[in-house]
Amino acid sequence: MTTQAVDQIFVTIKHWLVLQSPAVIQPAVSVLLSVLPLLIIFPSLFAVTTVLERKGLGRMQNRYGPNRVGPYGFLQPLADGIKALIKEDIVPVGADKLVHFLAPLLLVMTAFLEYAVIPVGRNMVVADMDSALVFFFAAGAAMEVSIFMAGWGSRNKYSMLGAMRAVAQMISYEAPLILSSIAVVMIAGSLSTTTIVERQAGYWGVWPYHWYVFTPWGMAGFVLFMIAATAESNRSPFDLPEGESEIIAGYFTEYSGFKFALFFLGEYLGMFAISGLAVTLFLGGWAAPLSFLTFIPSWIWFFAKLMTLIAGFIWIRGTLPRLRMDQLMNFAWKFMLPMTLVVIFSAGIWRFMPSGIVRWVVCAIPIVLLYWLLGRALMGGRKLEKRTYRFAE
Amino acid sequence: MLGIGIIQGLVETARNFFGSYTSKQRLTTVQFPDERLIQPEAARVFPFLVYDTDDWEKGLRCVACKICEVECPPQCISITKSADKKPDYSGIYSGKPQFYPEKFDIDVSVCMSCQICVEVCPFEAIKMDNAFELSTDDRFGGLMWDKQRLAMPNSHYQAIHPTDAAESDAALAEKKAKAEAKPAAAAAAAPAKPAPEKAGAATER
Repeated sequence: MTTQAVDQIFVTIKHWLVLQSPAVIQPAVSVLLSVLPLLIIFPSLFAVTTVLERKGLGRMQNRYGPNRVGPYGFLQPLADGIKALIKEDIVPVGADKLVHFLAPLLLVMTAFLEYAVIPVGRNMVVADMDSALVFFFAAGAAMEVSIFMAGWGSRNKYSMLGAMRAVAQMISYEAPLILSSIAVVMIAGSLSTTTIVERQAGYWGVWPYHWYVFTPWGMAGFVLFMIAATAESNRSPFDLPEGESEIIAGYFTEYSGFKFALFFLGEYLGMFAISGLAVTLFLGGWAAPLSFLTFIPSWIWFFAKLMTLIAGFIWIRGTLPRLRMDQLMNFAWKFMLPMTLVVIFSAGIWRFMPSGIVRWVVCAIPIVLLYWLLGRALMGGRKLEKRTYRFAE
Repeated sequence: MLGIGIIQGLVETARNFFGSYTSKQRLTTVQFPDERLIQPEAARVFPFLVYDTDDWEKGLRCVACKICEVECPPQCISITKSADKKPDYSGIYSGKPQFYPEKFDIDVSVCMSCQICVEVCPFEAIKMDNAFELSTDDRFGGLMWDKQRLAMPNSHYQAIHPTDAAESDAALAEKKAKAEAKPAAAAAAAPAKPAPEKAGAATER
């Protein structure tokens, strides 16, 4: 079997299966075969990620993490799943029953919708839309609605506070998220994710020269995109909506059993989706990172890059403490927004300058300059010193 | 510059992550049911009743004086004093028969491990144990320990708290020597008189 055949194996199998079925139901079979693998693979990835995350965080805190269930604790998600399934499902008396019931389902559904436009391999995208990015962000915005439904429907002040925080945060960070991807759209000249991946193809020697992350605006845009993505998926250090120490579990305080697990699933699915989009926009999608590695199938590269970004999320979670609400908002509007605007400006220069080292430097200057100025201005003349503790030491 | 602190923090966690795989000293976790820490000698959980020799019922040191019952702050001890006296089986009371607790119950769900019962006991009869895996599925009966459940040999005490046990044994031996010397001296000084009635006063309340 050639590398080409291995790369396209799932596409080939799907086409073969579709052709085996009667002509009347062929469209339905085609849709089913496109969607079903995603419905299986990403929740499984969620299960693997939870245990890896817990082990990784444990190691960062110099402890073992889960290591009891199965070899090295890798069957822990199975035990967690069974536990979640057999737990009592409690609905508060005062809750809006319908909204309370629909919220976790809607969250998971919108998270799954986002996968429709993410190319997980060569020719492997569920819906190759021209306006894929718009669709993605629209589905992501629906996530906020489901979170607010959860907070509102629970009739609990902690849920309500968590939901309000979540909506405030997600709307604030949606602006830099979308603006940083606009730079990519400007250069690629397309909203279609498959086209964006194609524009990043090709190598310079062994180096994937066209990946947008290797341009000054792309590098800055990627970092800003990932910060905004962290906030969008309510991950630490932006986990105010579910800050355990303040508001119990935020908007899913009143959920128990499997609905609680669904919230977790939805959250992780959102994180995978947005990481998948980051891979697509900045890291060349399913392309191999070095030219001599192209024999490895494209879908393996996509998931390798995805897991690398997830590892970054976990690393950040293990490092940074939670932000305060005012810090969160200041960061979004005073730092992220100007930075993304200058990234767009820089991408504009990049578009109209001849390629070469001069273009690189010229495009990097405004970004670095604004970063430096913002860093100084936001500090407001305060000096950070090593904090000394009178009684602890 | 902005962001330096975050990078320093990331380096620190990365160092912890990789360090925990290479250096055992970083991992302070004791995997409890498989591994155990050696308990410090002063560790204490719930009280037990000390007995000498091999028979827990006959060798029990407790004489049902009820001091601990009175002193216990959460009042978890309940004692019923016997009507009769039992012979001094282990010989620590110089052969004098003593009262004994007909019933000696400690409700360990109430006990707060303060050790006051141990401190007030004049007979070295109640001491603190260090067993802590005591969960039970019987909330009421299982946490109400009767005197059989509470009785532990002196050798157990010597094993878990060697220093305290040595002190306790020395105190008992001294008391016993004193108690035996007194009637002997009295008998030597006034052979005509009968042995003082109150020779055992030190041991009786």
